[in-house]
Amino acid sequence: MALIDLSKREVHCKIVYYGPGRCGKTTNLLYIYNSMNSNAKGKMLTIETKGDRTLFFDLLPLNLGKIKDFDIRIQLYTVPGQAIYEATRKLVLKGVDGLVFVADSLRVRRQKNIESLKDLKKNLVDYNLDIETLPVVLQYNKRDLAGSPIPTLSLEELEEDLNSDLGVKAFQAAATKGVGVFETLKDISKKTVRYVATKHLVKPK
Amino acid sequence: MADIILTGPALEQARTQIDESLVQAGVHTVLLIDHAGNVVASCGKNRKDLDMTSLAALAAANFGATSQMARIIGEDDFSLLFHKGKKDSIHFAKIGREMILITIFGDEVSLGLVRLRVAELTSNIEKIFGLDN
Ligand SMILES: Nc1nc2c(ncn2[C@@H]2O[C@H](COP(=O)(O)OP(=O)(O)O)[C@@H](O)[C@H]2O)c(=O)[nH]1
Ligand SMILES: [Mg+2]
Repeated sequence: MALIDLSKREVHCKIVYYGPGRCGKTTNLLYIYNSMNSNAKGKMLTIETKGDRTLFFDLLPLNLGKIKDFDIRIQLYTVPGQAIYEATRKLVLKGVDGLVFVADSLRVRRQKNIESLKDLKKNLVDYNLDIETLPVVLQYNKRDLAGSPIPTLSLEELEEDLNSDLGVKAFQAAATKGVGVFETLKDISKKTVRYVATKHLVKPK
Repeated sequence: MADIILTGPALEQARTQIDESLVQAGVHTVLLIDHAGNVVASCGKNRKDLDMTSLAALAAANFGATSQMARIIGEDDFSLLFHKGKKDSIHFAKIGREMILITIFGDEVSLGLVRLRVAELTSNIEKIFGLDN
């Protein structure tokens, strides 16, 4: 649910990084946070349980500059991936305007990726949202491990498992090194802003 | 959930109403937010140390979580929430289906007064933003 403030000429959009636990969602946000200029970012908020697992969400507010005279403010959220946090995961999706589905390239996580995408689709339906119309991109993370001794999924397998129905743009990433992180962010931001703008700001001729 | 479009006059009206009722009654800060965690308007003392973005995100999530709890025990919703601190307290109230009013106040203001003023404000703000249908 975007918030459009005509008096301040601001557009606020919510982008959620979704995916199974440990796939690298928080790592994406941390990399963005650490690379951005301090006037373009707000405070990063993370709510953690014991260890390094996200309990509720991470939040990173960004200021993306102007488009057509409007200041674009984006809130990046991540969800807690583990199955037991189903209720909180769904809450974070409330009012989402754009989605990044982060998949884990580790072969042992193959089923977890598929389940998480199914869970996402179901939660969207409960909010009357449709994954076919919302802006969505995929990110295949931990590509740095391909070619290492650790068994990983091939790109073909990831595409087959996760993108055969969706048919959206997919980015390869190694979030710990920052590879693909900004490519993903730029693309989803552009799509999300365009989606919100065509709904509200662009008057049909 | 529909997108919210704010116009200058509606925001101005809402701010005036909040100011005349809650801020005049002595509360520190009032935030009007939506359920996605966006700040719609802020009034009162503009505390530089107050991280409004985080507060709004947490309040929206907290409100969502308690709504789920309400459903689990068979209630539709809790329409208001209150957290009491040693010095400052925080009061949340639902405005229409889309917004939440957050009031932060010190121990010199009574909870009863805040409740009364918030109750009056709720319907006024709903009217201003057309949330009352
Ligand atoms: N090798 C490798 N490890 C990663 C990558 N991205 C994240 N990790 C690691 O995976 C673990 C879980 O990451 P985290 O961001 O907390 O996952 P989240 O549960 O999705 O938020 C951490 O130990 C990260 O360092 C990556 O691209 N490559
Ligand atoms: Mg995390």
